[in-house]
Amino acid sequence: MSADLPAIEVRDLVKTYAGVTAVNKVSFTVARGEILGFLGPNGAGKSTTMRILTGYLPANSGQVTVCGLSVATHSDEVKNFIGYMPENNPLPDDMRVSEYLHYRGRLKGLSRGKLGVRLDEVLDLCDLKRVRHRIIGTLSKGFRQRVGIAEAILAEPPVIIMDEPTIGLDPHQILIVRDLIASLRGRMTVIISSHILPEIEMTCDRVLIINQGRVVTQGAPADLRREVFGHSRYELEIAGDTAAALPAALVRIEPTLHIADAGEPDAAGFRKLSLTTVRDDDLGETLLRALAADERFRLRALNRVQPSLEDVFLASTRRGWDAVDAPKGASK
Amino acid sequence: MRHFLTILSHEIRMLLVSASTYIAAVLFLAVMGFIFAGVLENYSKAAQETSPATVFFQLFWLPVFFMVPLLTMKCISEERRLGTLETLLTAPVTTAEVVLGKYFASYFLYLLLWASTGGFFYILHRFAGDLRFLDLGPLLGGYLFIAISGLFFVALGVLASSLSRNQAVAGILAFTLLFALIIGLNCASSLEMMNLDSMKPARAILDYARTFRHLDDFSHGVIDTREVLFYLSGTVLALIFSILGVEAKRLHS
Repeated sequence: MSADLPAIEVRDLVKTYAGVTAVNKVSFTVARGEILGFLGPNGAGKSTTMRILTGYLPANSGQVTVCGLSVATHSDEVKNFIGYMPENNPLPDDMRVSEYLHYRGRLKGLSRGKLGVRLDEVLDLCDLKRVRHRIIGTLSKGFRQRVGIAEAILAEPPVIIMDEPTIGLDPHQILIVRDLIASLRGRMTVIISSHILPEIEMTCDRVLIINQGRVVTQGAPADLRREVFGHSRYELEIAGDTAAALPAALVRIEPTLHIADAGEPDAAGFRKLSLTTVRDDDLGETLLRALAADERFRLRALNRVQPSLEDVFLASTRRGWDAVDAPKGASK
Repeated sequence: MRHFLTILSHEIRMLLVSASTYIAAVLFLAVMGFIFAGVLENYSKAAQETSPATVFFQLFWLPVFFMVPLLTMKCISEERRLGTLETLLTAPVTTAEVVLGKYFASYFLYLLLWASTGGFFYILHRFAGDLRFLDLGPLLGGYLFIAISGLFFVALGVLASSLSRNQAVAGILAFTLLFALIIGLNCASSLEMMNLDSMKPARAILDYARTFRHLDDFSHGVIDTREVLFYLSGTVLALIFSILGVEAKRLHS
């Protein structure tokens, strides 16, 4: 395991269940210490891909290496490198928190002496000290989730894979989990899947959007926005002769600026317009000055729209649908 | 087999804190107590040819039918239903370690429960003060039979548990397998058809596998290695199938 190898390398991964292709030629790499967010609608193949990474499921074809070792041929060694929290975080209901973590630590090959110290550390990190003697079955969802996370990071594996770690948590707990994951940055490679997009946006270095078993797009959240939309958007509320005079006025400000969408005028005669341009830098001030100086228009509001990851997600998964529906769709 | 002991001690602990174990234990001791009291009552009425231990062990199948399924039905099916089998198998352990750990934990408890019936004989010895009641030969032979046949019975229970995610189904399947093995073979060998000359090899096989004959031999002090081998090979086979069952369900999940 030399330092320059990527932590996880996946090439042309294919997995079919009874004729249904759950994962179709997925390829990606994750560098050491990177936090990768796995995004996709339900049934996109996120959980299947994660299960294959852990060696729990065999793939039909393709290659998966974790820390330089192939999962298919060295699954026993690879299990030592991975801390895994499955979907829905299954836990035994009739054990105490510390008992469970102790048992898991022993299974992961930690010696008794080391385990005691590490257990305290992990309980502290996940804020579980208060409930360490409680029975897991009586814990609330947030605590259970944190027990699952504590279990995953217990043996300090180089790679941590968590399937929807923040599902069912309240905003406070999400914050704690987010900080927890962020604190692993640089030390451990983390893959998390989630539906909660701001969550991924805030914690992850890189996002991988997967739909219908294919990688739709991947990259840093900011790059994805640019890649998927390729333009900036402004929203204004304006009254006056917007139909005839405005487009010409806009072109004078910036040649690529045009009206993408126009709403109905309200009682005061203002309508909402949305403008798009390929220019990346902020045109807000120029736009405001030019339109305010123009006698023909009355401007009430101007706003630059930052597309959220949610928009990226919606746009790119829709694109994925198109690719799948097309008779000879491209592979991505 | 690095983690076998970890899993074994964990499983024994979990069995000892679970309510179903104590329900099985109470049921078992109550039934065995009644049987034992009934046996003694017969002895108090008239002199019998055999020792109480022989008669007592003759009814071994009764507790086996409900106790083995109760002890083993949840061992793998429960883990699969809860999804903890996935966390268990993604830890650096092998399927064989998991199955063997669970199997030996159940077997340990099975032996523990049977060992507790030793108390009946102790009480009898203590209060009757008559050594004739406590014929050591049949007693030890009986317990040895229980220990060796138990290997196979518990393995069948584990096999049933590995095949279903539903505890009730696993329990009923274990009961059916045990019933077929103990009563079914016995009935089959006593069929009229088996007296035909052409069925001679079949009769020999059935007779070899008949549990009641094994019990007779053991309580008479005859420890036939063929019989021991029968139970050991059955155990190994059932455990291999359990491991394969868990693996197959994982691959096709």
